[in-house]
This record gives sequence, structure tokens and C-alpha cells, in this order.
Amino acid sequence: MAKKDLIGGKLWETYSNNVIERMNNPSFFGEISEEEALGKERQLIIADWGAESCGDAVRLYWLVDTSNDTILKARFKTFGCGTAIASSDVMAELCMGKTVDEALKITNLDVEKALRDSEDQAAIPPQKMHCSVMFYYVNKKAASLYKGVEMEDLEEEEIVCECARVSLKTVKDVIRINDLKSVEEITRYTKAGAFCASCIRPGGHEKRKYYLEDILAEVRAEMDREQIQASGSLENFKEMSPIAQYKAIEEIFAEKIKPILHRDGGDVEIMDIKKEGEEVVVFIRYLGGCATCAAAGTGTLSMIGQALKETVGPDITVRMI
Amino acid sequence: MERVYLDNNATTMVDPQVSALMKEYETKKYGNPNSLHSFGMEVRQPMEKALDQLYKGLNASDEDNIIINGCATEGNNTVLKYYLFDRILREGQKKKILISSVEHPSVFNTAKYMEKMGTEVIALPVNEDGIVTLEILKEYLIPEETALVSVMWANNETGLIFPVKEMAEYCRKNHVPFHTDAVQAIGKIPVDLRDVPADYLTFSAHKFHGPKGVGGLFVRKGAPMEPLLHGGEQMGNLRAGTVNVPGFIGMGLAMELAVSQLDRELTQVRALRDRLEDAMSGLPDVTILGKRDLRTPNTILASFKGVEGEALAWELNKFGVAVSTGSACASESLETDHTLVAMNIDPSLSHTALRFSLSRFTRDEEISYVIEVLGKSVERLRKISIDY
Repeated sequence: MAKKDLIGGKLWETYSNNVIERMNNPSFFGEISEEEALGKERQLIIADWGAESCGDAVRLYWLVDTSNDTILKARFKTFGCGTAIASSDVMAELCMGKTVDEALKITNLDVEKALRDSEDQAAIPPQKMHCSVMFYYVNKKAASLYKGVEMEDLEEEEIVCECARVSLKTVKDVIRINDLKSVEEITRYTKAGAFCASCIRPGGHEKRKYYLEDILAEVRAEMDREQIQASGSLENFKEMSPIAQYKAIEEIFAEKIKPILHRDGGDVEIMDIKKEGEEVVVFIRYLGGCATCAAAGTGTLSMIGQALKETVGPDITVRMI
Repeated sequence: MERVYLDNNATTMVDPQVSALMKEYETKKYGNPNSLHSFGMEVRQPMEKALDQLYKGLNASDEDNIIINGCATEGNNTVLKYYLFDRILREGQKKKILISSVEHPSVFNTAKYMEKMGTEVIALPVNEDGIVTLEILKEYLIPEETALVSVMWANNETGLIFPVKEMAEYCRKNHVPFHTDAVQAIGKIPVDLRDVPADYLTFSAHKFHGPKGVGGLFVRKGAPMEPLLHGGEQMGNLRAGTVNVPGFIGMGLAMELAVSQLDRELTQVRALRDRLEDAMSGLPDVTILGKRDLRTPNTILASFKGVEGEALAWELNKFGVAVSTGSACASESLETDHTLVAMNIDPSLSHTALRFSLSRFTRDEEISYVIEVLGKSVERLRKISIDY
């Protein structure tokens, strides 16, 4: 929040003149008839995307020259706000004269750029980037229909943020390389989450497959684990996330403790890990032979405690539940 | 036609008489009402008069308080947060409040904040007409657990009127304090505080042709209250801060005018609204939300199949017609208006809904013009639309 955010309601003032012109007078709306597509080496493609109940729906028509895969003519029909109408108009225009493969490369970012009045001034406000995403998909749908393949076969990488077209790999890489610790930082580095914000956490405008918060937590936990493995010690155990702590303890049990207990037909289960002041306490429950063994509460317990202290440090103890 | 303003549920034009009166207290009589000297003296009597106009307009008793504040949002926060801090957190006995699921954000989001602070908030569902009935309240109200009930008098989006009299009476019988946000009711339907035993009632001047930035909070005699803003001794120690004198005096006159023109609202404004609504219903595939006789006389919420709300609002704005849309596309958060969600209406209707709200200044020829351009606009957008 800052000065520019204090007076709200600025939506229509932020549209570029190009957006306004196309909202008012779209040039490429309409249909392409079956008759137009008659003749040799002509194919009509009609692709639908979205639904009225979701707030946006678009139908894209392509007339394709099958001899060279070139889109001769494109038209659209849209249910949506003015931005959606303007975006469809640009999309149809951008397709024409391109081959189907070239058209496939047009993204919503190209659509937004084409709607700008000047290079450095966005054509639409951030929350409206979402509207232009639909046209990337309807385009791809049209291409998949033409090629006779499933849309998924055309997807090159998993996309986390549709508005800024940021892939899962990019998000993961940027967290690792720059040691990012917050979603705000990810947004600053990649623009992911800067527009309609649906990809930050569940509950936004749209349901997403991936959310930045989850990816961040997962990558941070991975990084913590790797650090432990790399350094061979757990010097910074207390700074690790609870999930990473659990994973680290689990690893020690699997490698150093369980094999010994298994030899006597016993086993052990980690029930909880808690901080008590400066101390970390691991709560366990014995299973199998250990559950009835008299030494489990004395010798075995001190063996487990010792193994933990050796790896994690002096501030860790073990207790039975 | 220059421009037509049909967004009176958002705000209204200040009545020219009100505006003229307020000017007097901006450049000439600008004293602080707490001052002893002549500058202070000369504003106190007009403030007394404004207070009389407000008490009379709402039919409040002189034993009650009407605290002049910034707006209904402030009033709603004052009531809800008094219960949060003083009753729920400090006393910690009754930890529940009931609101309707279609409240304005000033109640809804305040309740969300209370929830974060540990209050159990129950959002009363609406029936198939979009209304919280007494039966629904009875079903959810457990008096010994409930600190406060807050239900709006009329809804800002749909204009639907809620049975606040029955609810206030029921709450009184069960010793549960009752608050109502009456922002959309005053000047549109009778609001009589001797007839409706609400403990708290909030309003804003700018919704009934008064100025922005001034409002009132009615606190019935005996109903507990602490100020939201602590400080000086203004407003009987119930709201600190120098009062907006021109706004206060203007609000008094605006209330008097609104109440004296109420018959006109209930007849002429209603007739204009009905004419517009009938014309809309004459267009193919238009759905009007909420039964006509259950709504305030000035409001229509209509869905136009195949036409997205913001696109139609844009189109009408080109013709100088101002309306508003609850469409998710037009909001900064891209969230569909929660009123429509709570009413459980078909999502496609919520994306195509527009609100038209009239006032006593709306003229017959303006409605004729709107009917004309509305038909044209809907037709153009349906031509572009995939779904039509």
C-alpha cells in the first residue's frame, strides 16, 4: 500500500486507448461460415473456451489454408468484459497470416503488448491480465483441433501463473538461486502472482493446480534437507522448518536406530517433535519386541538419545510416550 | 440527454437546499462548537436544530442518543467493536454474534475481523426470496450465547427489505441487543424507531441527498456504548473529534427533506422504477432479481443473458448512463459480490447483473432515454457474445 493505492475504483481510467477503441469498435468479431470454407485446401476451425458461469467465454474461428498451414482469416465471439472483447479482437488480428505453429506461440503477454499505446505503459490494470489468458487457451484449442491432437500434447511446461506465464520450473529455480523466503520476493523476481493473484493461495478468483505458497514451502523444505545432507551435520536444526526437522529425525531413525532394533524383532515410531525451552524433545513409541522389553526404557533409550545428539547436537533428547 | 445518474444506492446528489445551507457554515459561521465565544455560539443553535430534525425524522425519543459521526461504516464499526472489546474479549461470556450473510462490507468485514479475534460469527442465510426472515433468526439465535445481532434494514445490491421490526422485537424479548444498518432504508421507506425497537441503528447522510463524510449512530436509551474514537468530550463523550459542523447541519435538513418527500419516493419514484423495470422485462432473456414488492422503491438488480455486467456498464456509460455492477470483472479483487453468492443465484446471472438505483431527482424523460439506450446496448453486446 502506498499513495497510488489510496484512491480506489480506478479501473476504466487505466485502459489504454487501444483497449478502449477495440472495446467500442472491435474489427474482427463475427463468424466464418461453412460456405467460406468450401473449396480445396480450406479448413474451418471453431474452438470454444470458458463458460458464461465463469464470467468469460470465447469462440475463435479460423479459416486455414491446408497446403501451407496458414491462417487466412480469424474471427471471434466473446462473452466477457470490455477487456475480454479487446483482447479477443487483438488475438484474431495477430493470428491472421501466421501458420498454425506460429500462432501457437502467441501468448497473453503478446496480446497485452499489442494493446499498449506506448511500450512502457501497460494496456490494462493488473487484475485484468487474467482476461487475456483465455485467448492463449482458445488459440491453443484451435491449433489442437487443426492438428487433431489433445491440447495437453501441445503444452510444453507446467504453468503456475497464467497471467505472467511463469512456469513451475522458473518459480522453483528462482527460489533456489536467489534463496527467496517469501511469496512477495517471488513476485518481485518473476511477476508470478502480480496480476490476478489466483496462483498465490487457494481461494482466489480461479482454482489453480499449483500455488506459490505451497511451492515455496516445498522448495524451502527440500533446500533444508539438502543442506543437512551436504554438511553432514545438523548445526542449524533449530532454524529448520518443522517438516524439514521431522524429515531429518526420520532419516536418523531409518539409518542408525531402526536397523539395530529390527535385529531383535523390535521397532520404534516417532510420535512428535516439540521444543521445550532451548531443548528439542523427540517423543517415541516402541513397537514389536521393544514394546515389552525391559531394557527399552533404559539402555535402548539412551542409545537412541546418543545417536540423536551425535547428529543433531547436545540440545536434543528422546522420551517415551 | 447529457448524463443520467442511476447509481443512487452508491451515493446521491446533495439537495441544492442542503448545499446552500452548508455554505453558510463553511465561510461565514466556521466556529468550533465547543468554543465559548460568539463564533462558537452561533453554530450551536443550528446544530440543535439539525439534531431535532434527525430525532424527528427517525422518531427517536429525547432520552435516546443520536451520535453524529463520519459515516455508517464508522457507526457499524463502533457498535460491533464495542461488543468485541467490551463484551466478548473483556467479559468473555457471550462469544457469538449473528449477522446476515448479505451485509454490506462495513459489517461483513468487521465481523470477519471479530472472527479473527475469537468471536464466533454466524452469517444468517437468506430464503429463496433473498431475505433473512424471523424464522431463520429464531432457528439460529441462542440468546444465552449471543452478544449481538446485526441485520441490515435493506440490502444495497438488491434493495430487498428485511423484517427488522419482527427481528428487533424478538431480540428484545430474548434480551439480545439488536443493531441494524439502515443506510439503504432512510429516505426510501419509513424508518420509525418507536415502531422498531432496535437498540442501535446506523446511517450516512450521502445516501439521502446529504453530504459525504457525515453520518449518525442511534443508541437507544439504556443500550451500552463506548466510543470507538476516544479523545475529547464531544457528542456526550461518545465520539471524540470536532464534529463536521456544515455536514451535521446539512444532514439535519437532508433528513427533514427525505422524510417529507417519502410519499413521493413511495409513489413517483416507484412508478418510474416500475416503468424502467417493465421495459427491461420486455427485452428478451432478462432476469430481475428479488420480487418487486419486497424491494426499496428505487432499486432494480437485473441480469441480461449473454452480456457481461462490466461490458454493459461500460456501454451505458458511453451514453452517459451511470449504473453499477457487482460483476467480479469490475472489482479489484475479482471476487463476485458476496450478496449474490449468498443468494445462491446462478453464477451466470451474477456475471451479468447490473444495478439501477433511482432517486427523487430522477426525471421521467431520463427513464425514457435509459430505456432507449439500454435496448441498443444490450443488442450490440449480444451480437458480439458467444452465448447469444
